[in-house]
Amino acid sequence: MKNRREFLKDAAAGAALIAAQNRLGSASTAHGDDAKSKVVIARDPALHGPDSKLESTRVGALLDRAISAYTGRTRPADAWKRIVIEGGAKDKVIGLKTNGLGGKGISTHAALVFAIADRLQQAGVKPGNILIWDRNARDLQACGLTINTDPKQLRCYGSDVSGFEDALETWGSSRVRFSKILTRECAMVINVPILKDHSMSGLTFAMKNMYGVVEKPWELHGGGCNPAIADLNAFPVIRQKIKLTIGDAMTSVYEGGPGFRPEHLWRPNALIVGEDRVAVDQIAWGILDKKRTEMGLKTLEAAGRAPRYIATAAGSTHELGTNELQRIKLIEV
Amino acid sequence: MKNAYLILAVLAIPLLLGTGMTGCKKKTADPFPGSAAVAGWEKSSETRTFAPKDLWQYIDGDSEQYIQAGVVSTSTSDYKYKGQLEAVVDVYTMGGPDGAQTILERGKTKDAKAISVGDEALQYAQSVTFRKGVYLVRIVAYQSSDKAAEALAALAHGVEANL
Repeated sequence: MKNRREFLKDAAAGAALIAAQNRLGSASTAHGDDAKSKVVIARDPALHGPDSKLESTRVGALLDRAISAYTGRTRPADAWKRIVIEGGAKDKVIGLKTNGLGGKGISTHAALVFAIADRLQQAGVKPGNILIWDRNARDLQACGLTINTDPKQLRCYGSDVSGFEDALETWGSSRVRFSKILTRECAMVINVPILKDHSMSGLTFAMKNMYGVVEKPWELHGGGCNPAIADLNAFPVIRQKIKLTIGDAMTSVYEGGPGFRPEHLWRPNALIVGEDRVAVDQIAWGILDKKRTEMGLKTLEAAGRAPRYIATAAGSTHELGTNELQRIKLIEV
Repeated sequence: MKNAYLILAVLAIPLLLGTGMTGCKKKTADPFPGSAAVAGWEKSSETRTFAPKDLWQYIDGDSEQYIQAGVVSTSTSDYKYKGQLEAVVDVYTMGGPDGAQTILERGKTKDAKAISVGDEALQYAQSVTFRKGVYLVRIVAYQSSDKAAEALAALAHGVEANL
């Protein structure tokens, strides 16, 4: 049983931690709402046209709305300048880590990636300082992207081009070799995952997308990916460089993931933004479970696939963020 | 003497060919129909094949359920229907028919429609999954279309004929 002093100490430490993770989403004070992890859900019901095709122009507008709500800056260029500066990436390479593993149909949408790259350029980032990346060419092409290694243009290539570090690093249960794109090329990375059900981890979104930055992700799938996902996200290089998640929840699969399952396809038409990946995943879990319940399926917990790694990541061993809803400031726009 | 060697050599050719033929195993059937083998469908990529240990490269965490069900090999190829509808054909070769059945059952939902392909087949608006012996075949279209179900069923029959 904690005494009052210990409780207050823990609470203060938690608030400081969350405030530190909300540099873009707050005034960096540890009081009131600013002490909470901010997560923005921006929705546009008309994001997909009558023919089910994604309206690219609406994606840009949705992104602007999400980032404006998150940063409190109404002009996108101002918001993105702040993201770049706070991320320590002025005149440095900014990575956009996508997720194309599910193949065509259930990969990060190119329209979102290009919208982010466009806004970064509006904020003064040179095209060659933007690097769209994932595991390999196939994953990037599944997103609808084209490989380009020209340093003067918007670049797009995978770890199959850069290679991996020789050094095997350890954190908890995870022993990994990192992509050189993460370790050597990028000063800052914007995480652009896609929301999916996952047969093993329950949910794949902000934290699970980090599996695409290591050489042998299949070694991290035991025990429902717990504690491996939390361990992986605790590596200093990930803590330091993955600054912001702009989660693609425009299209999703609520069952049968992580591959493309058209019979379980769903269009939440949303973006989920946050710096605290634990909070982002906790919110995403709620969204996924709500849809599963609507479709007459068991919740992930009842299906025996609860994403336990979220609580692990929030726990005192990892302290990656918060999974407590009362400590998450959820803004829906 | 030279003529004798020549005669022996000529006689030996059919013998060697015969030996070679009997020594060859029957070539494993290619389950993927070539372009135009099924009306309207074109094979639009090379076939990629994954051993169980490499299956994660293709389907990430999904690989575990196939490995547990005894997958031996997985092959995949992309297709296009009339230049518009894109689809992928995955052929999982399992260790036994029960493995194929396990996977098929696991993916079954109440809105699945049974169709006559292989030993058992399930159809949805944008996909067909069927099993035949040790094979589990999954065909998925990336776009929805009025003609997708019919076209996918035709492609499924094309694959089945090669198994």
